[in-house]
Amino acid sequence: MKTICLYFEIHQIINLKRYRFFDIGTDHYYYDDYANETGITHIAENSYIPALTALIQMARESEGAFKVALSLSGVGLEQLERYAPQVIDLLQELNDTGCCEFLAEPYSHGLSSLAPNCEECFKEETKRLVDKVNMLFGKKPKVFRNSSLIYDDEIGQMVADMGFKGVLTEGAKHILGWKSPHFLYHCALNPDLKILLRDYKLSDDISLRFSNPSWEAYPLMADTYIDWIDRSPEEDGIFNIFMELSALGIYQPLSSHILDFIKALPACAKARGIRFATPYEIIKANKSVAPLDVPYPMSWTDEERDISCWLGNVMQREAFEKLYSIGQRVLLSGDRHLRQDWDYLQASNNFRFMTTKNNAVSMDRGIYESPYDAFTNYMNILGDFMQRVYWALPQDMEIEELNAFQTTISNQDKKIQSLEKQVARLKSAVKQSKASKSEKPAK
Amino acid sequence: MKVLMFGWEFPPHILGGLGTASYGLTRGLANQGNVDITFCLPRPVGDEDRSFLKIVGMNTVPVVWRDATLEKVSGRYPWMNAQDYFTFRDHIYSDFSRIYTDDLGCISFSGRYPDNLHEEINNYSIVAGVVARSMDFDIIHSHDWLTYPAGIHAKQVSGKPLVIHVHATDFDRSRGNVNPTVYAIEKNGMDYADHIMCVSELTRQTVINKYHQDPRKVSTMHNAVEPLPEEIQNIVPQKKQGEKVVTFLGRITMQKGPEYFVEAAALVLKRTHDIRFCMAGSGDMMNAMIRLAAERGIADRFHFPGFMKGRQVYECLKSSDVYIMPSVSEPFGISPLEAMQCEVPTIISKQSGCAEILDKCIKVDYWDIHAMADAIYSICNNQSLYEYLKTEGKKEVDAITWDKVGARILSRYRKLLGQK
Repeated sequence: MKTICLYFEIHQIINLKRYRFFDIGTDHYYYDDYANETGITHIAENSYIPALTALIQMARESEGAFKVALSLSGVGLEQLERYAPQVIDLLQELNDTGCCEFLAEPYSHGLSSLAPNCEECFKEETKRLVDKVNMLFGKKPKVFRNSSLIYDDEIGQMVADMGFKGVLTEGAKHILGWKSPHFLYHCALNPDLKILLRDYKLSDDISLRFSNPSWEAYPLMADTYIDWIDRSPEEDGIFNIFMELSALGIYQPLSSHILDFIKALPACAKARGIRFATPYEIIKANKSVAPLDVPYPMSWTDEERDISCWLGNVMQREAFEKLYSIGQRVLLSGDRHLRQDWDYLQASNNFRFMTTKNNAVSMDRGIYESPYDAFTNYMNILGDFMQRVYWALPQDMEIEELNAFQTTISNQDKKIQSLEKQVARLKSAVKQSKASKSEKPAK
Repeated sequence: MKVLMFGWEFPPHILGGLGTASYGLTRGLANQGNVDITFCLPRPVGDEDRSFLKIVGMNTVPVVWRDATLEKVSGRYPWMNAQDYFTFRDHIYSDFSRIYTDDLGCISFSGRYPDNLHEEINNYSIVAGVVARSMDFDIIHSHDWLTYPAGIHAKQVSGKPLVIHVHATDFDRSRGNVNPTVYAIEKNGMDYADHIMCVSELTRQTVINKYHQDPRKVSTMHNAVEPLPEEIQNIVPQKKQGEKVVTFLGRITMQKGPEYFVEAAALVLKRTHDIRFCMAGSGDMMNAMIRLAAERGIADRFHFPGFMKGRQVYECLKSSDVYIMPSVSEPFGISPLEAMQCEVPTIISKQSGCAEILDKCIKVDYWDIHAMADAIYSICNNQSLYEYLKTEGKKEVDAITWDKVGARILSRYRKLLGQK
């Protein structure tokens, strides 16, 4: 029986403001609140709210046959909490239908999984997101998806160690070769971790091409789409259709009837005996057919499906190395403000703005005019941030040394308490002995 | 195809960017094959490179009949074919004995930009009448407004199509306060031209909007650069450890926006002290700039080495870490390309024509001193940005060649002549 696995990503970055180098050391607020608010409200109104309403309706009408998976980045969630809490309400409503699975991902939507010597950063922020999802929806995610579906063997190993049962990634042609993405695979380094591969053709048909009138399949109808899946070879089992939630409403405007298309999918699928399932259900129900070797990181971005759009040029690599050189220190410091800025600065979009690749799809660089502009602005902010981190945790000290100090400091309360108890005990002992002494002569 | 070109400057004796552009352009055109170029100059010295074109000195063309012998002519101008003199003499078309001429019946030219420039332009056009009558050509190409009247004259005499090449307009030179005489000459040239080539889209828009030309006959023909000769490439950069140098190179005049550079430098120096600033060149705003630097209290870090030429320019460029051109209005601006050839990261104003074809450099608005200062600081402090702009900039500029420009010009000629 063929199964469709539908998954949507929810993520919006915190926009950085124009930050000149004169501001380094004087201004520690890096964000453009106006852009954040207008950006998230626009997307919530035109995409998240109508799309989630549609998904809820589909879940209710199909009586449990329709299934969908969602993942939320921590920074995206924070933005929604602050500017569009009604989206969270809708997510909870969708969760209540029981048709929805939430996945885990790094809190910052950053590249910490690629940073050397920063494994703790990656694990810490993923754990933080898991806790946050658990708090909001009462479910602990069991399946992981990395920022932009970045995956390689080592990331797989790391994720498996954290107890995740499965991972979502791209069905990149250069990794798969003759293999088909329509099966379940497992990680080459740890067979317990199952891999679901995105069918980029079917996914991009919706997210990139749906409303393009010069596309040969335009206008695409839901029954045609399901027919494509139905007509694929008999043994093909799993069709992973992954995209950003903002594809419904932003990349493909509401006026293109994208939501009507999505809403028609369950009925068409049912007529042909195709069912829906969430990633964890698929992992439980299917056996892996083979290990998948991924020596180099791949992702769902650009034609190359690799990490070149974030770490392709020397500027991006310098910014990346500088950022993660202080990762351990930030973790060590208990400062809430530092931790928060650290999350926002990690978001992979900041690196994407610095790309010098020539893309067929023109990209929106936000406030930046050029990759150099993006780099300069980011490095100015990072310069200030690093200075603050080094103030808190001096640069000339080793991490181990700092760790020892930090332990001492965090234990000091306990130590003081126990010492105070001791003092009190000794004082009372002294009093008693004095009392007993003074009593003696009275006898 | 035979092309008659009118120009004012030609290397090695050049006063501005016009000469360099004329050389590159004619060379690129000649490399296309089957193009014979005759280049008219007011006063060639004789050491010009004439391997790929024919140079006619306007000061060797008679406008008044004088009895002269072959020996006399070839003795005076050994670099020219003396027979040409007699061909020209057979085509004197009017009585110009009221003009002062020498013993060969020729008008003398300074070949520079003298005070009596308008008289010189007029004389140039008189001589052009003789040249146009004596020669056989298919198309006329005039460089810069000084030679527009000559081009018009040649067109009227021969009936051949006239192409004018706008290297600059008076709007660029004067920040809007145009000289009416110059404007009249420029506009007249454009009105008569069959086609107008501009060195940038920026200039093209000026020509369309300020000179009211039909957009269909105005095209953009970006300049390019000649590859650096071996001896320039081998200059070893003189760099001091722990100190960065930011260089401005050009005439210190209103058009080049030097004051924005000083202000940006003052901002940068508020925060760091290991950067030096160098403003090479001379011009009418130089003293004002020295005063401004002193007023901002940065004179110890801001240097004025004066006018540079030839090898000095490249030595200065190679020892720099950042090149900056904050021009208020620059029709093209060839110097950032030269800086990029020397592997120097470059900051240019968006108001320069070359910004249209350069991508591996930082572009800012000329008035945005904060962005400019930020860019300077970033290149000096982030090694990766420096390296990227250095290597990628060099690659980019190496791909901008005059041969490509020559091919485009030739195809434009063909279109004008109705050839396929």
